[in-house]
Amino acid sequence: MSRRSLFGLAGAGVVAGAAAGGAVGTAVGRATATDHSAMAGTVDFRGAHQAGIVTPAQDRMHFVAFDVITDSREKLASLLRTWTSMAERMSQGLQATPDGATGSGEYSPPEDTGEALGLNPSQLTITIGFGPGLFVGAPGTPAEGVDRFGLAARKPAALEQMPRFMLDALDPARSEGDLCIQACANDPQVAVHAVRNLARVGFGVVAVRWSQLGFGRTSSTSTSQETPRNLFGFKDGTRNIKAEDTDAVDRFIWVDGADDQPWMAGGSYLVARRIRMRIEPWDRTTLHEQERVFGREKGSGAPLGQDDEFDPLDLQSKGPHGLFIDEDAHVRLASAEENGGIRILRRGYNFTDGSDGLGHLDAGLFFIAYCRDPQKQFVPLQQALSRNDLLNEYITHVGSAVFAVPPGVDSGDDYWGSALFA
Amino acid sequence: MTRNAPARPHGRPHRRLAVPVAAGLVALSPLALAACTAKSSADADAITVNATDTSCELSADSAQTGQSTFEITNNGSKTTEFYVYDDGDRVMGEVENIGPGLTRTLIVNLPQPGDYETACKPGMVGDGIRGTFTVSGEAQQPTDKSAKLVAAAEGYKRYVVSQIEALQETGQQFVDAIKAGDVESAKARYPLVRTYYERIEPIAESFPDNLDPRIDLREADLAEGQQWTGFHRLEKDLWVTGLQPDSAAMADQLMADIDELADGVSAPDFTVDPLQVAGGAQGLLDEVAATKITGEEDIFSHTDLYDFQANVDGSQAAVASLRPIIDEQDPQLGTQIDQRFDDLDATLAQYHQGDGFVTYDQVTEEQRRELSQKIDALSAVVSQVQGVVASA
Repeated sequence: MSRRSLFGLAGAGVVAGAAAGGAVGTAVGRATATDHSAMAGTVDFRGAHQAGIVTPAQDRMHFVAFDVITDSREKLASLLRTWTSMAERMSQGLQATPDGATGSGEYSPPEDTGEALGLNPSQLTITIGFGPGLFVGAPGTPAEGVDRFGLAARKPAALEQMPRFMLDALDPARSEGDLCIQACANDPQVAVHAVRNLARVGFGVVAVRWSQLGFGRTSSTSTSQETPRNLFGFKDGTRNIKAEDTDAVDRFIWVDGADDQPWMAGGSYLVARRIRMRIEPWDRTTLHEQERVFGREKGSGAPLGQDDEFDPLDLQSKGPHGLFIDEDAHVRLASAEENGGIRILRRGYNFTDGSDGLGHLDAGLFFIAYCRDPQKQFVPLQQALSRNDLLNEYITHVGSAVFAVPPGVDSGDDYWGSALFA
Repeated sequence: MTRNAPARPHGRPHRRLAVPVAAGLVALSPLALAACTAKSSADADAITVNATDTSCELSADSAQTGQSTFEITNNGSKTTEFYVYDDGDRVMGEVENIGPGLTRTLIVNLPQPGDYETACKPGMVGDGIRGTFTVSGEAQQPTDKSAKLVAAAEGYKRYVVSQIEALQETGQQFVDAIKAGDVESAKARYPLVRTYYERIEPIAESFPDNLDPRIDLREADLAEGQQWTGFHRLEKDLWVTGLQPDSAAMADQLMADIDELADGVSAPDFTVDPLQVAGGAQGLLDEVAATKITGEEDIFSHTDLYDFQANVDGSQAAVASLRPIIDEQDPQLGTQIDQRFDDLDATLAQYHQGDGFVTYDQVTEEQRRELSQKIDALSAVVSQVQGVVASA
């Protein structure tokens, strides 16, 4: 099936998802005419869950983490209200404020920066997350250990900084943050416009800590999507949780109010890892070795020993030379079968930030995982991978962050995190 | 900062803005200005100010509306300044650069009854030693909007003139030190002279013939074959290469350029319009964000924090001169701006050392980031001033 016809189907699958989850909605389904309009449509901003999690992964991402630099709970809540309103408007393809690009007078800076004027909504989703530092000031910041906003008692137990994993080479300048925004769209300019406008109205309340652009989705979050490839040329996300598998979505992604903090009901947790790939050594590796590292065929994506991408992963199958899938192959170590049934929703993006000073690509995978409890899902998974994964010879984790993603915005004057600040 | 010369005069939007608004506004009388800063004979009713390194004693703390005369004597060991402020640190009058043992006179017009503040600033840093100064009597100031705009422009021009006078005075001392071959003295004076320039740089940028680049061009911004003059050329001589055969000539050239700036400002046709003032306040903060925060402005001497503080002070003075208009149009904005200036000043105060600042190479990346965040936050609110003034 071609990529084009797959997108044609996206509408149907997505509308069903909307009925169940409420996060993805009408305008995508509206796209009946051409594939192009499906890519260009809108995703519902409102619902029980935030958009941008089980929404079919868009092609582009702009992710940004902020430090909160005010001690005023009121200013913070006020910014979240403003952000919610701007985000909803921009998701609909509107300017951040009504007539913002040109309507605020000749002598004021425009309220919308304007670079998205005339562009389609491009399925823009804007998703917010709250870092541990929002509840108790983060280590190394002026607010270290301080409950600046009276939220310490509402900090979910699952929202803890990641433990140190083997081989981590984390850069503090690309890690953590008190808030994050994930903007995904099928047009990079639309995603950048969203982040830029939210950042500019936030000056004085928040300050950008780090950011990342991603240019190619590296996982599919819907059965309507073809499995994409990472920069090592392998299909990634074949066994990812798909939006249509609502049982798995409810079990592994959405937080239940009874889990811990009631305000997180319908929310999720986001783990971000900036994974640098050593592109050049990989490119000098034989196909046989590359396939052994992943445990899949490069061409079809089939598990080694099988024929088709979606053939079952048989971890015990053997050939004349022993196990088809190596003991330390990536696909084995990442599998639910080897991890007590644990699954996560992967929503990563490829990135290339030019070249380093040595003539090598500064490139890799900006890995984003959504899960119901990162301590019980992501952490054990990554511990297994960090110890043994054959892929570790070719990758280094250089950035890390975790955020609590509050539920969606529902009624009229609801805003991001309103239940937390109530 | 002074970047490459040719683009600058066309690149500053506030020059264009001058046209629609300026016409009805300010035709300042040079005579009135001269009166404000007169250093002439003592007034019989003058209020004497005894300024030391730790105190600021006035012989009276009240007066009637209208002109008040202050006679300030610096009995301390540090160079000082004396200010009279209205709300939001609006500069009603000031005397800069009062050396130890000197006496200077300030004549200031305080047209509205109410509480003002006086301040001595030993060492020329920080908020200074403040006192309340109460004015009673009939209000003299007209209250309509156009009059407020005129008053704002007059107030800012007073500030500019006072800075340029101090620039000439301290500049001459700096130049003399270079010509005498006294490198240590010249090095000590360099950041102080620049303080007066950096506070009002947008005014210098508004003059033609590349006046600002002649005074303040950085080596990195030189075009091929372009002659390099001004502060930063001398900075390199003092800190890197040692004095050169033409250093004295360069020093004279700097002084001539400063005098040209002073002449320009005192020319009868020199006017300031309020939108220009607001644009200048923003421009100064943009300069901090662009070149001070990176340490590329004073790349040889690392005295960037002096410039940084001067830009911020100049921006604050410009905004403050517009304060009555801001308060009338958008009362919350003035308060927000005050908070952000206070916040930034408190952060800068962490880097005070003696009468000045630590060198910028001692400021860590993390600390620079904090400063940058404060500048962004401040700049975000100051960027609203121009629109507020335009709608007045």
